[in-house]
Amino acid sequence: MTDETTHALAYTPEDLPRKDSFLKPHRIVLMLLFAALVVAVAVFMRWDWLPRYLPRLGSGILVSLAMLFSTAILGFLLAVPLGLAQVTGPWFFKAPARIFCTVIRGTPLLLQLWLLYYGLGSLFPQFPAIRQSFLWPYLREAWPYGVAALTVSFAAYEGEVMRGAFAGVPSGELEAARAYGMSRWTMFRRIWLPRAIHRALPTLNGETVLQLKSTPLVATITVVDVYAVISKVRQETYLTYEPLLLLAAIYMCLTGILVVAFRYFENRIPTRGA
Amino acid sequence: MTDAAQAIAVTDLHKCFGPLEVLKGVSLSALQGDVIAIIGGSGSGKSTLLRCINMLELPSAGQISVHGEEIRMKPDGHGGLMPADRKQVQRIRTQLGMVFQSFNLWQHMTILQNVIEAPVHVLGKTKAEAIETAEALLRRVGLYEKRDAYPAFLSGGQQQRAAIARALAIQPLVMLFDEPTSALDPELVGEVLSVIGDLAREKRTMVLVTHEMKFARDVANHIVFLHNGVIEEQGPPEAIFGAPKSERLKKFISSIH
Repeated sequence: MTDETTHALAYTPEDLPRKDSFLKPHRIVLMLLFAALVVAVAVFMRWDWLPRYLPRLGSGILVSLAMLFSTAILGFLLAVPLGLAQVTGPWFFKAPARIFCTVIRGTPLLLQLWLLYYGLGSLFPQFPAIRQSFLWPYLREAWPYGVAALTVSFAAYEGEVMRGAFAGVPSGELEAARAYGMSRWTMFRRIWLPRAIHRALPTLNGETVLQLKSTPLVATITVVDVYAVISKVRQETYLTYEPLLLLAAIYMCLTGILVVAFRYFENRIPTRGA
Repeated sequence: MTDAAQAIAVTDLHKCFGPLEVLKGVSLSALQGDVIAIIGGSGSGKSTLLRCINMLELPSAGQISVHGEEIRMKPDGHGGLMPADRKQVQRIRTQLGMVFQSFNLWQHMTILQNVIEAPVHVLGKTKAEAIETAEALLRRVGLYEKRDAYPAFLSGGQQQRAAIARALAIQPLVMLFDEPTSALDPELVGEVLSVIGDLAREKRTMVLVTHEMKFARDVANHIVFLHNGVIEEQGPPEAIFGAPKSERLKKFISSIH
């Protein structure tokens, strides 16, 4: 048996910069300019308020991250059946799933959030049954409405992504699963779902970053996330640029971490010609 | 009909795709140790026949038995048939090792993971046991060094050899090959045929749909010539290729050479 045909090449991400490419002259100039900008921002702008607000900023960041991860995970768990229903379901599953995705994707998230919080949230207290239920302590708070709205929105967008990913798994691979005696459930769990998630990962990455930047909307319904903390800083210190620059930097760092984490998972299964 | 030496028995099989009748009453039987090659022009129904044997294609009428056990079927309400007992079909499929034209390796798994998947998750073997078998099989098809590579990084010939190892891993009673070399570049055909040839020489029961006439003649002990959904002629390779009786078979053989 000869193996001279093609040798499997290890995956080398050529799009990532190598170490020596950082030391090209034009790059050094740009880096110096950026460093100067950072120094100027640090020296000539007012940052004396920062230590006072650090604890609150920290908890604000945690709230933002909690919003992001809880809604992304819950939303994804809903997205899998939404996508699957649209690909293989009978019409009475397919139609509601499609309508749900279309309606949610067709209306602004802010509107959904306010409808839930100011609409549903103000209806609930009128029902004694709800007021006496064990859920009431939570329904009086703002964050469940934020989580609900962000989850529903993520589920709708990801349901669409998963629909495409499920449909895009080559039918031959599913046929192979059946040919070796897999039950439907085993085939779904071992072949169809992991294969679809693998295909969808780059899109999920982008969508999760978008979701991170949707989380500040919950500040409009009194959830104190990092955006709400920065707004408070602006009100109390009458500063405009400094808090906003800091907020931008915080979101950029969080985005960077998300992108790197997703890339790690994408590269665990190399794709040819990626 | 139901003696144990009977590996596969297909009786009066019909298959319609809408108004088009692709198989018009085909009967075929394979004893253990038989290597049966199904030949015929495109559209003759040879792939459909093979895919009916493991129920990837549901027949419209007829019977199929594997190892003396008949697959129970019931009407599907649209003039065709469907499995009466899905569990039985799943169990019977584990006795049939299918190799596809387009390999159909699972792209999110390494070669080794592909080979141990069905033994572990269908047959319930332990992972250690399955890995041991899989590594021996990969050594046989010359891919031991590639066991941790992903399918996309292998050549077509290597992928098809891996797919053969995957089919062998369930220790099937019969191997089914559906045009295993048709998707390969000409220079890669030889390495796959030599693996299949080895299997034939060790008296493994196989049903093979192929366009490689020389290969069919060399490895098969029985050739079935299918034309327009019926068996036009069948017999040992010497008779089929040496002294074809029907005009269509003569024409087909001369068109191939």
